[in-house]
Amino acid sequence: MTPATVALEEVEVDYRGRGRALGPLSLRIGDGEIVALVGPSGCGKSTALRLLAGLEPATRGVVQRAPGRGETSVVFQAPTLAPWMSAAANVALPLELSGTPKPEARARALEALERVGLAGAGASRPAQLSGGMAMRASLARALVTQPRLLMLDEPFAALDEITRRTLADDVLALWSQTRPAIVFVTHNVEEAAYMAGRIVVLTRGPGRIAGEVRVEAPLPRPAGFRTWPVFTEAAEAISALLAKGAEVAP
Amino acid sequence: MSRLADALAPLGLMLLLLGAWEAACRLTGVPAYFLPPPSQVAVAAATGLPVLVSAAWNTLSVALVALALAAAGALLLAILVGLSPLLERAVRPLASALQVTPVVAVAPLILIWAGIDHPERAVIALAVLVAFFPIFSGAVTGLRSADPDLERLFDLYGAGRLERVMRLRLPAAVPFLMEGLKVGAGLAIIGAVVAEFAAGSGGVRGLAWQILDAGNKLQTDRMIAALVVLAVMGVAVHAGLERVERAGLRWWRGR
Repeated sequence: MTPATVALEEVEVDYRGRGRALGPLSLRIGDGEIVALVGPSGCGKSTALRLLAGLEPATRGVVQRAPGRGETSVVFQAPTLAPWMSAAANVALPLELSGTPKPEARARALEALERVGLAGAGASRPAQLSGGMAMRASLARALVTQPRLLMLDEPFAALDEITRRTLADDVLALWSQTRPAIVFVTHNVEEAAYMAGRIVVLTRGPGRIAGEVRVEAPLPRPAGFRTWPVFTEAAEAISALLAKGAEVAP
Repeated sequence: MSRLADALAPLGLMLLLLGAWEAACRLTGVPAYFLPPPSQVAVAAATGLPVLVSAAWNTLSVALVALALAAAGALLLAILVGLSPLLERAVRPLASALQVTPVVAVAPLILIWAGIDHPERAVIALAVLVAFFPIFSGAVTGLRSADPDLERLFDLYGAGRLERVMRLRLPAAVPFLMEGLKVGAGLAIIGAVVAEFAAGSGGVRGLAWQILDAGNKLQTDRMIAALVVLAVMGVAVHAGLERVERAGLRWWRGR
């Protein structure tokens, strides 16, 4: 077992005075592991993600986090770029907030943009980028700090199918360079089976673990992986767990 | 063709109304001190033009100084309030109370405080009072309008309060600040005019004073000429600020 990057033990999160949002949930994310959190709407996936990122406290239970400040990155559902800044300035922001001198931060931001296929787009404003390009810039902003833990909150939900698939491959290729642990939330079964080594299926809210599916195949995925039996079997197993999780009484 | 018609329509209506007004004055023989015909107003405006222009400048400069002071004060207070939720709860009711109090009612008090010898200070203070609140409430709303996920990003990298204000909340507030400034500018002119009325003859010799003075002498044509200049000035300031706002927003959005 690889050392844990983040571990949740019997963690519960309550809405403020409105009952439980999540848990009890126990989950450990190993170093360099890619884990997908899948579950029905309102099961607390995004809450779990914020908990793992250290952005939200647990009401009960223990959260153990190895990454220090600046070693966790989050890619949100929307690109969430500041419209008044250039793409390069947006990408450099995490470095500058962590105290990196501006010239160095800008240089590393341009490198990060190049790695996500946006060489030359550094001076563009977010409004001048397409949806897919803006998402890539958001990914560059998350990768620029070389995080130990990368969180993705339904990052491709608003994109078309072709862009989604390209970006999924790009994320895996980028992962293979520095191998951060990745946790990503999705409600897309095929995306989960394609990108993750382990898929954790949550029940409907308050989310608990309905079951786990492992995908024993190389990462990044080889060409034509979507036709492999291991992929289709994993997708079916996830769907079955989702159906089971939906029956669980709250 | 239709654009030309759009541009000519308001002009046409104005000419029609002026024609009707002129005809009504001539046909009914109503006395000029009661309702002068537009031709007489035009003559009064032309002969009194230098006086009217300098009066307009007096009113406008008071309004602009008041706008600058109100904007600086409102922004500073909004930032302080943004840094401390407790301060915001403390300030809100006071701000609302001052906002709903008519400026005319406050004017005599401000005149005493500013000193009878410095009525121009009182006029500026009253205009500031009127222009302050739309800018302040726009700034407070704007400072809270940053994308919550961007706020989380600032949490994630441990940004300090001041850094968060300067690099996230203030730039995110720009569209709200522009809107507040536009509304505030219009109100600063109204505030300056109302304050001139309240200050009376000892105050700034702006357009309001021209109207008062002409009214006292029953020179209705001068009164209407000053009113027209006031309206033209208000429209020009509004149009100018609209352009500034559009350009500012284009820069802010990057297109």
